[in-house]
Amino acid sequence: MPATISISQPQQRQFNPYSENGGTILAIAGADFSVIAGDTRQSEGYSIQTRYAPKVFQLTDKAVLAVNGFAADGNMFVKKVRQRLEWYRHAHAKDMPLRAIARLIQTMLYARRFFPFYVYNILGGIEEDGTGAVYSFDPVGSYEREACRAAGAAQSLVQPFLDNQIYFKNQTAAPGTSHPVHLPLSTVLSLVIDSFTSATERHIEVGDGLEMYVVLAKGSTAFQTLGGVRGIQELTATEDGEKVFIIRRELKKD
Amino acid sequence: MNSFAERFSTTTAASQMRNAQKLADEDELDTAMWGSNAGFGSLAKGVPTFTVPAVADPTAFLRLHTDDHADPSCRIKIQHGTTTLAFRFQGGVIVAVDSRATAGSYVASGTVKKVIEINPYLLGTMAGGAADCQYWETYLGMHCRLHELRNRERISVSAASKYLSNLVYSYKGMGLSMGTMICGWDKTGPAVFYVDSDGTRLKGDLFSVGSGSTFAYGVLDQGYRWDLTDEEAQELGRRSIYAAGHRDAFSGNSCNLYHVKEDGWRFIGNYDIAKMHYDGPGNVAGSPGQGYGYDVRVEGRTSTNAPAVAAAA
Repeated sequence: MPATISISQPQQRQFNPYSENGGTILAIAGADFSVIAGDTRQSEGYSIQTRYAPKVFQLTDKAVLAVNGFAADGNMFVKKVRQRLEWYRHAHAKDMPLRAIARLIQTMLYARRFFPFYVYNILGGIEEDGTGAVYSFDPVGSYEREACRAAGAAQSLVQPFLDNQIYFKNQTAAPGTSHPVHLPLSTVLSLVIDSFTSATERHIEVGDGLEMYVVLAKGSTAFQTLGGVRGIQELTATEDGEKVFIIRRELKKD
Repeated sequence: MNSFAERFSTTTAASQMRNAQKLADEDELDTAMWGSNAGFGSLAKGVPTFTVPAVADPTAFLRLHTDDHADPSCRIKIQHGTTTLAFRFQGGVIVAVDSRATAGSYVASGTVKKVIEINPYLLGTMAGGAADCQYWETYLGMHCRLHELRNRERISVSAASKYLSNLVYSYKGMGLSMGTMICGWDKTGPAVFYVDSDGTRLKGDLFSVGSGSTFAYGVLDQGYRWDLTDEEAQELGRRSIYAAGHRDAFSGNSCNLYHVKEDGWRFIGNYDIAKMHYDGPGNVAGSPGQGYGYDVRVEGRTSTNAPAVAAAA
């Protein structure tokens, strides 16, 4: 009878609760508006789990949050942020201001410093002074206010394009002219669409659909621009304040 | 007898009232229940609480998923790479930092604010984990304000830095990463303290922290004197950060300069490092009026650097 003694090899196990679900998010702030966008593909490795999984969420009439990284953590995080904003509404009978939401997100992310949410957040919206704003976060809560930011799988493809087109990096203005400080909404929307169509071409984890949220400050002149936009839908919940719209576009599905 | 029974009974009306009152007095029903105090909320509960993974060794778990030195392919990349400096001189304290944040070899941001304005008299610098520095120095600011309210005087730089160093020491070994300089002006005059996440706390005249610190020290040590004028000191801060931005790949983009005096800190300016290389810092106090790069100093002295007129001819 052959030896039946099993030679036990040393085994190693580890707790890995994280996954990476691809996709890209992007936000750009204008003078009195903000655009927050994300694709809708969700993948794991080389397989596409779904072609429609939103990554951009409306928090209030002046704040929209985009989350990217590990989808389960992202969805849970948005759920918890919304809960805190609801509690704030019950206590103060108003929506939390954008800069306060940004600080709230920092403390919520940092509370998980030793068990991080694997999520890159970009918060876009309108500040109390009526200016468009974008805040970007790392997974453990360091944050900064910026004019534009891309995050996720195609970050390294999209951000250099934005640096060139929004900040006019490595561009010299023609003699006697200067680069504009803020771009009009029509230009910004074109840049967002171009960013995502190009990222879809060159990154396998980006594609399927595009969702763009537009937040307009009270009395923003950019409102006229939106009239002619195909398939636009208004999501505003409150009267005579900021306005929120969503624009959906298809992206290539291969 | 009756009162005795009532006092220790758990079912009588009196005891139920007592329990209700006790519940209301306890913090279970305080305003924090409304959830309106976003973030730190009431400091009455002491330090904030953190979620920890339910594994045998939480620190190893964190290291496995976040340490990008040991494993470049790990998922959660914490921003790194920095040059920061601060020095004390006759005219106060100069604080100068770069603005680059890297995740691996990707430049995650070129506009990071690495000077944290704790209050109008205190500055902290950021090196190591960006979130660790931002969060704990903000938290330090809240405690500095509480110190003012309790003691009717501003906290000393020494006390503030010791508060921070004791705080990070209590998390030692759990993976915090910060190297910071707490700078300010108090009763004793200008002060700079170096505090890091190992628990080190040093008082000194001159510090530089981060991957580019050696390059900054080279310029700083060479040009440092106690009796520097304000303009000379600001120029030395700028020039040192430029040197680090030029030679350290993990530092660069731009330099943020602050000057702390008796009446608190003042933001001096933001200087593009590439611009400083070719054109200098612009029309500011202490500027040499030309680029820091050595192109201007070798022009015309080698065949590859012909003088402009000769090249044009």
